[in-house]
Amino acid sequence: MLVLEKRPEPSALWRWLAPILAVVLTLVAGGVMFAILGKDPLAAIRMIFWDPLFNETFAAYARPQLLVKAAPLILIALGLSFGFRANIWNIGAEGQYIMGALAAAGVALALYPLDAWWLFPLMIVAGALGGFLWAMIPAFLRTRFGTNEILVSLMLVYVAEAFQAAMALGPMRNPEGHGFPGSRNLQDYPAAHNAELVAGTGMHWGVVTALLAVVIGHIVLNRHLFGFQVRLTGQAPKAARFAGVDADRLVVICLGISGALAGLAGMFEISGPSGQVSIDFNIGYGFTAIIVAFLGRLHPIGILLAGLLMALSYIGGELAQFGLGVPAAAIKALQGMLLFFLLGVDVFTNYRLRWQPGRAG
Amino acid sequence: MDLSAIDPLVLLASLMVAATPIMLAGIGELVVEKSGVLNLGVEGMMITGAICGFAVAVETGSPALGFLAAAAGGAVLALLFGILTQFLLSNQVATGLALTLFGLGLSALIGQSYIGIKPPHFDQLDIPLLKDLPVLGLVLFRHDVIVYLALGLVVGVWWFLGRSRAGLVLRAIGENHDAAHALGYKVMRVRMLAIVFGGALAGLGGAYISLVRVPQWTEGMTAGAGWIALALVVFASWRPLRLALGAWLFGGITVLQLNLQAAGVAIPIQYLSMSPYIATILVLAFLSSRSGRAALDAPASLGKPFHASS
Repeated sequence: MLVLEKRPEPSALWRWLAPILAVVLTLVAGGVMFAILGKDPLAAIRMIFWDPLFNETFAAYARPQLLVKAAPLILIALGLSFGFRANIWNIGAEGQYIMGALAAAGVALALYPLDAWWLFPLMIVAGALGGFLWAMIPAFLRTRFGTNEILVSLMLVYVAEAFQAAMALGPMRNPEGHGFPGSRNLQDYPAAHNAELVAGTGMHWGVVTALLAVVIGHIVLNRHLFGFQVRLTGQAPKAARFAGVDADRLVVICLGISGALAGLAGMFEISGPSGQVSIDFNIGYGFTAIIVAFLGRLHPIGILLAGLLMALSYIGGELAQFGLGVPAAAIKALQGMLLFFLLGVDVFTNYRLRWQPGRAG
Repeated sequence: MDLSAIDPLVLLASLMVAATPIMLAGIGELVVEKSGVLNLGVEGMMITGAICGFAVAVETGSPALGFLAAAAGGAVLALLFGILTQFLLSNQVATGLALTLFGLGLSALIGQSYIGIKPPHFDQLDIPLLKDLPVLGLVLFRHDVIVYLALGLVVGVWWFLGRSRAGLVLRAIGENHDAAHALGYKVMRVRMLAIVFGGALAGLGGAYISLVRVPQWTEGMTAGAGWIALALVVFASWRPLRLALGAWLFGGITVLQLNLQAAGVAIPIQYLSMSPYIATILVLAFLSSRSGRAALDAPASLGKPFHASS
């Protein structure tokens, strides 16, 4: 019979083959899903993964969107990846994203209509701080009381969503908005607007920050003591303790980094592409980033590529929604499937199949 | 604001209803965790159950069939989790998250043609004689069959885990899977059964939200109930009867804040609706602060992968 045998070392080949295979399997399963929905599977997949980049009619709109959508995903996923490596599970990035956005928008709206060069930098600080502080709640509870950070960080997403609604309907509501919910649009507020840096590319300060974060993340993970401690804690918690890694400190730093980066992502989003504090300006980047982090193998370069791919699925999903009537939810299901397949295929990174004759199960 | 509009008896009666979904999902997850598996996908299985149950109930006109379909839907999703974590040895935390993300997407996909529809009415049991008891009648004996099923399952699981041989085997596997394997117990088989059982109950709990509590279908309508159910298991220190108590407590908070909203308290609704989540966090923090008691109560093999090398 076929048995799984543990590899002495995780396979380097499968580490990177697994995500590719998972994407292929997702395309096949997605095709089946589209066929069940009564859509032409090939046309749907082509429209989601090919047309945004290479179709002449769509590319002009879609290519810049790629950077716009990938930047928050990469920023958040990069932050999460450090914690995930060390078995610190911050799954409330969505909440930290919201709080970062609200903190930044709050600063801008409180100073409206200020015209000063330092407003935008101040918003960046506020955004990072908002996400950071929100992540410090699970960090404090875990280090002080040993409370499970998974449940706390997740619960705080719902609290943040309620807080966001309260802000959109209350203190941050646009006084000139004729009673409609939602704040002033920061896109019409020059000093606070996260505008495109080069017209028609989608490049904004968030994209720059995300790329910078990838480079710094790469250096920290591979060349810095902190990166070593993270990797050590993930692979051998006991050895890490003997090596003098302060577990509590690691929890605080990992949650802090992921919170601050998620808050930054929220800041760049609220001041640019989304523009307005509304009841539902968050669209789940914080959760999709979890998929991005795993698909990118918790590795900065991998996350960069995975973020671009996930952004593509968002944009292509929109195209397919209008072009073929593929429901938006189908894209969410597709993204969920991808993580499933990845986790399943990943067995071959640590195990190999062996044929063992004559063994009873 | 008119607090006298809140009738404490009606409040208690609706508390029983509000507690049912998390009690069902929680007791299922408790069995799963007792077998040493941490399935964080409760939310995904609940929302899948919610839409499967809703769709089948609407199509057939029978809520009973709907609940069956919900249990089946939750179980299928749980089976997927089982295959990944038990046979393909994937990380349980990550796989549970995947289950939730996938369940949310899948349910939204199935549910798009069911938005704005009313499901068939699910009758109350109205137990004769008992329902006419002065106070208890309204609070305890005028509910639908699922409320009693949930309570029955809590007692059943309590008996199974504490008083039956099979329950002892399940707990042994949860405490030390290597030792249990060496004794000849089928670790994977028992865990798969537990996982599927947990999925079915999460599905039931989800359908109770979409068919009875709300009752209609909206995207993401479980709104964290699955996560609260997970917290409930920790709250209960993995003890079934205490889980029922916790479910009533959380049900009570939910009902109370809804009633305060309706009574027009001067606090914006958004802040009131935070309360069940904040309460969960506070309770978790309080429990874990008692010098690591919670950690001691947890099954020793919880969340650890099992691979029999011989």
